[in-house]
Amino acid sequence: MKAPAFAYAKPRSLAEALQLLSSPGAKALAGGQSLIPSLNMRLSSPEMLVDINGLAELQGIRVDQDAVTIGALTTHAGIERSDVVRKHLPLLAEAVQHVAHAAIRNRGTIGGSLALADPAAEYPACVLALEAVLLVASGKGARRVKAEDFFKGLFETDLRAGELLTGVEFPVAAKGERSAFVELARRQGDYAIVGLAARRAATLRLAFFGVGATPVLARHAAAQQTLRKASEALARDLDPAADLYHSAATKLHLARVLLERAWNAISTSH
Amino acid sequence: MERDFDITLTVNGVRVQRRVEARQHLVDFLREDLGLTGAHAGCEHGVCGACTVRVDGEIVRGCLMLAVQANGRRVDTIEGLSDSGELAALQKAFHERNALQCGFCTPGMLLAAQELVRAGKKCTREEIRAHISGNYCRCTGYHAIVDAIEQVLNGQS
Repeated sequence: MKAPAFAYAKPRSLAEALQLLSSPGAKALAGGQSLIPSLNMRLSSPEMLVDINGLAELQGIRVDQDAVTIGALTTHAGIERSDVVRKHLPLLAEAVQHVAHAAIRNRGTIGGSLALADPAAEYPACVLALEAVLLVASGKGARRVKAEDFFKGLFETDLRAGELLTGVEFPVAAKGERSAFVELARRQGDYAIVGLAARRAATLRLAFFGVGATPVLARHAAAQQTLRKASEALARDLDPAADLYHSAATKLHLARVLLERAWNAISTSH
Repeated sequence: MERDFDITLTVNGVRVQRRVEARQHLVDFLREDLGLTGAHAGCEHGVCGACTVRVDGEIVRGCLMLAVQANGRRVDTIEGLSDSGELAALQKAFHERNALQCGFCTPGMLLAAQELVRAGKKCTREEIRAHISGNYCRCTGYHAIVDAIEQVLNGQS
């Protein structure tokens, strides 16, 4: 299908973009790899698209002492190519291998994916596991939102009308930190049936995705000392709904399969 | 609020100037306004990859980019890349291996596969499949397509 008619504007600065986004009916266009399908399928009909591509303020990957800041417009291909990500955010480097297909990776962005908050997407679970902070701006100023406070429901985030996600700040992986990213999908690059971003720093964090309306931190499982106990405890953390192809029981079973893989990966010595 | 825009871009090496509606996709612009029907409009929501074209040297989904976003960019389609001879080795291999299936995906497959050729490294069949996973359409199998790409990448005959 074809998209409905809409107005289009391409601001030259972040300030101009935020001003345009303050009008009701305006929507930010980043990589467009989820927004444009939703327009084509007429699931959404904004009055105006504000094309933020090209805004220098939203580009680039920076290391600053103990944090890596990734601009919202950084593409999946850009994250994959980044030496900084490989060195300081190994979990994200592993996860990006699962994000979408070649042609989509050249345009889709980390900011767009996080702002959309698809429950089966990889980045939302990564920011939860990595305790990242989401950087948000509007005409009224900037604010920082912890990943744990950002995902509110199905395709629903803490972003308010007129706000734009400008970047994500990740703590640099500490010495001795271990992580693993595992995912089951019907074919390479598809959204996950079930996935898991796992990170063992001071404590263990297990962020599952594809198992609910938002990514889920499995706190009970993460508190256990053995895999067997963690696997049992997972039933208290996850209550997945069935999808078109998998029953709820299958999803929980697959989550346990991934838990075992990740647990073993981060428990074995180098 | 503007809904129509004048755009100037380079398509297959030729400078083109047109007025487009903001809602028009790049692939529809190429097919309908310029008559370049090699890139196919398939699913129109980014799943099948039949609309694959190159923008500033990188493959993109023609149905997930607006024509207005191609303003000032260089766009290359299957037509231009065939005429330039860049795809000749892949096209020969596809022909020899009968790697067409129904043929609808072929232009997108060639553009996706050419990314691997340009990267210049050898690939396993699994790596080839992972790379063309975004171009699976309605057929199944794709074995002959993997054969053809493997032949070009790894120099097998």
